[in-house]
Amino acid sequence: MIALVVNGKARQLDVAPDTPLLWALRDTLQLTGTKYGCGQALCGACTVHVDGVPTRSCVTTVSAVAGRKITTVEAIDAGKVGRAVQDAWRKLDVVQCGYCQSGQIMSAVALLTTNRKPSDADIDNAMAGNLCRCATYQRIRAAIQEAARNLAGSKA
Amino acid sequence: MSAPAIENLSRRGFLKGMGGLTLGFCIAVPLGPAALAKIGVSQAPTFGFNAFLRIGSDDTVTVISKHLEMGQGTYTGLATILAEELDADWKTVKVEGAPADASRYNNLFWGPAQGTGGSTAIANSWGQLRAAGATARAMLVAAAAKRWQVPGAEITMRDGVVSHAASKRRARFGELAEAAAQEKLLIDVALKKPSEFRLVGRHAPRKDSADKVNGKALFTQDVQLPGMLVAVVAHPPRFGAVLRGVDATAAKRVKGVVEVVQIPSGVAVLANDTWAAKKGRDALKLDWDESKAFKLGSDEILAKYRELAKKPGLVAHNAGDADAAFAKAARVLRAEFDFPYLAHAAMEPMNCVVQRTAKGCEVWNGEQLHTGDQHALAAVFGLKVEQVKINMLYAGGSFGRRANVKSDYVVEAANIVKAINGRAPVKLVWLREDDMRGGYYRPMFHHALEAAIDAEGRLAGWRHRLVGQSILKGSPFEGMVKNGIDAVSVEGAANLPYAIPNLRVDLHTPEDIAVPVLWWRSVGSSHTAYSTEVFLDQVARAMGRDPVALRLELLSKHPRHAAVLRLAAEKAGWDKPLASGKAGTRRGRGVAVHESFQSYVAQVAEVTLAADGALKVDRVVCAVDCGIAVNPDNVRAQVEGAVGFALSAVLYGEIALKDGVVTAGNFDGYPILRINEMPKVEVHILPSPADPTGIGEPGVPPLAPAVANAVGAATGKYPGRLPFRVEDLKA
Ligand code: FES
Ligand code: FES
Repeated sequence: MIALVVNGKARQLDVAPDTPLLWALRDTLQLTGTKYGCGQALCGACTVHVDGVPTRSCVTTVSAVAGRKITTVEAIDAGKVGRAVQDAWRKLDVVQCGYCQSGQIMSAVALLTTNRKPSDADIDNAMAGNLCRCATYQRIRAAIQEAARNLAGSKA
Repeated sequence: MSAPAIENLSRRGFLKGMGGLTLGFCIAVPLGPAALAKIGVSQAPTFGFNAFLRIGSDDTVTVISKHLEMGQGTYTGLATILAEELDADWKTVKVEGAPADASRYNNLFWGPAQGTGGSTAIANSWGQLRAAGATARAMLVAAAAKRWQVPGAEITMRDGVVSHAASKRRARFGELAEAAAQEKLLIDVALKKPSEFRLVGRHAPRKDSADKVNGKALFTQDVQLPGMLVAVVAHPPRFGAVLRGVDATAAKRVKGVVEVVQIPSGVAVLANDTWAAKKGRDALKLDWDESKAFKLGSDEILAKYRELAKKPGLVAHNAGDADAAFAKAARVLRAEFDFPYLAHAAMEPMNCVVQRTAKGCEVWNGEQLHTGDQHALAAVFGLKVEQVKINMLYAGGSFGRRANVKSDYVVEAANIVKAINGRAPVKLVWLREDDMRGGYYRPMFHHALEAAIDAEGRLAGWRHRLVGQSILKGSPFEGMVKNGIDAVSVEGAANLPYAIPNLRVDLHTPEDIAVPVLWWRSVGSSHTAYSTEVFLDQVARAMGRDPVALRLELLSKHPRHAAVLRLAAEKAGWDKPLASGKAGTRRGRGVAVHESFQSYVAQVAEVTLAADGALKVDRVVCAVDCGIAVNPDNVRAQVEGAVGFALSAVLYGEIALKDGVVTAGNFDGYPILRINEMPKVEVHILPSPADPTGIGEPGVPPLAPAVANAVGAATGKYPGRLPFRVEDLKA
């Protein structure tokens, strides 16, 4: 049994310790918002937050994150930044096929949580590990800027 | 049904793995309420108006989409068309995927077959869904007229509300739905005039945005059924290799592995979860007979193609007398172009869920070729076509891959289910490497072009020879192969729009290459736009002509090409010099125009080249004529995405073979564009009264030639191959 805190809930998982967090979330906990794209930390589709840090769950074993706080896209609206990012994504209709977008959103939330006014270069740095085959990149950039503006406005 | 099982776990172990399901065919297990909520199934009573529309007592307007939503925005576009004529309130409109039933949901451009592709979804549905919306509107009007005892002609509708001004009566759709659904279907209903449109051509936000930003959207990869097993398959290392033997001892020791079965396409490991199935698959010891396998590498294939190109092929198009024009030419120009195999590499690798049911079988899939897949599945199980029930889910991209002419991965999933006698529902999961090495690539092509310039300096002759595998031969679409010419091999080349009096296009179709090929976003135009548009720029340069001016002159009979070209040039500031870059860099601007699927797109690309050959595409200005733009914002989104998709092929895209083995397995070997490489894209839509045509693909073809022509403008050298090689771009 491996104990994790997933989206605020304590969970006990009966899985092999080498199981990647990705498959434990998807197959065992049925949290299928986190996606499989490559399994090799090459695409970012599986990005979740581990203690707030964006992490590729496909190469992170459950045993490595035992006892840690995991946040997935299903609970990202619990935070103000998460909601701002989702709002911006909807407002600009960023998504196409949508398969990469959970990972994009998790990376964007992590960026805006630590950097409320990201430059284009900051966005490139934070988001370059998240591939989008539909190439929604222009709108991802615009939506991050939109969310940053709204967060700045709401703070004032 | 004898399963060619090589290794079965004990019956007890199998049952345990099945979570208590009894042997024999499973009873169809419907998706639970949670899953239904996920795909937006409303609980309120609903009333069917026609095959494409239900209205609920809660005012929900459910539009049934016969086409796959794979990112191209079709759910939103189709709903916009119907909701327009219905005068529905956009906020209450929901979209649901249609079942596989070609009698109601066939693609009107494909005869009796249901499916999505060739950028036809909006185009073939335009009239059909307008009629569906307008007739339902008439039924609502009739029901209101009866209820209120007023003349139908005095009834108005707006945003889901039916009103009668004189008597001050109003009713929401939901209040009238039950009565209206009983009304007789009127055949002759008037459609709106475009000036009356309130949704079409305006902003109707995407219907799938909400569920795609919170993880709720249901993809095939996300389907979980009670007792379901996950299958990961070991495929042959080379195309055409066959299994000689397998030792599954280690695989079956993996915790969670339930069964190992041999299927025609390899060896499947079934497990309770994906990770166990993958570990089991990786633990198989496999012995392949490769004596009949395809063993050529890309270089050898290309060498064959270059040899073939020395001889005349089958003539695909002939106008005037090209040979005479070349005999008289004052000057002859030549160029050759090479194109690699390309993988679709959708972010969701191929997958499929199949279950035997009491009635036949049920499938969950990002379903792109309903009718073809139904037939293929029926053949595997010995069922009638109508016993194959298909649930069309969102696809995490496709770019053509899920419209497989051989139903490859769908049949593989079915064969696994068959091999376990239908005892459990199975989710077949291709890992990225399986997807990358699974074949069905955009075919490799070699093009050779020649232009004859006459004594007066006019472009008098054009000869274009293509060499590459046929996509359609041996497919259900083989009827499109005429006199040995596969129409999609030469599309964009045989119908060159330029007024060149003597023109010949011929084709070699090698049949001894065993690499499976398939359509890839924009199909033939993915290579023909490049060779024709880059070569034309080389001709313009040799003639000392401006590339836009020469094109416009040659497009006198093609006003829609000319109009987008003019618009793109104007918006890009073609008449002003391009700003120079930092010291040591070279900048260039290039243009290309191409029609595909009856949509017209011109693009102007601006690039910066560093001394070391690093290429940055800074800006791409696009002009589009796709008839009436049903959702202008989606047209822009599709063209933005097409630019990024096509740029991957310019910079990186290549599936290379070495001794018949596909070298790339994942995104390290087959890189795709990243956010820092995305150019600034501007999309300008040409207003048009024409019926809408597609936009999923047409943004792709002009990008690579526009970028190559920008490189040509900066360096004087035009890349003769895709992807570009950095060493060719060095200062
Ligand atoms: S699936 Fe984890 S990075 Fe691609
Ligand atoms: S939206 Fe399709 S991969 Fe990003």
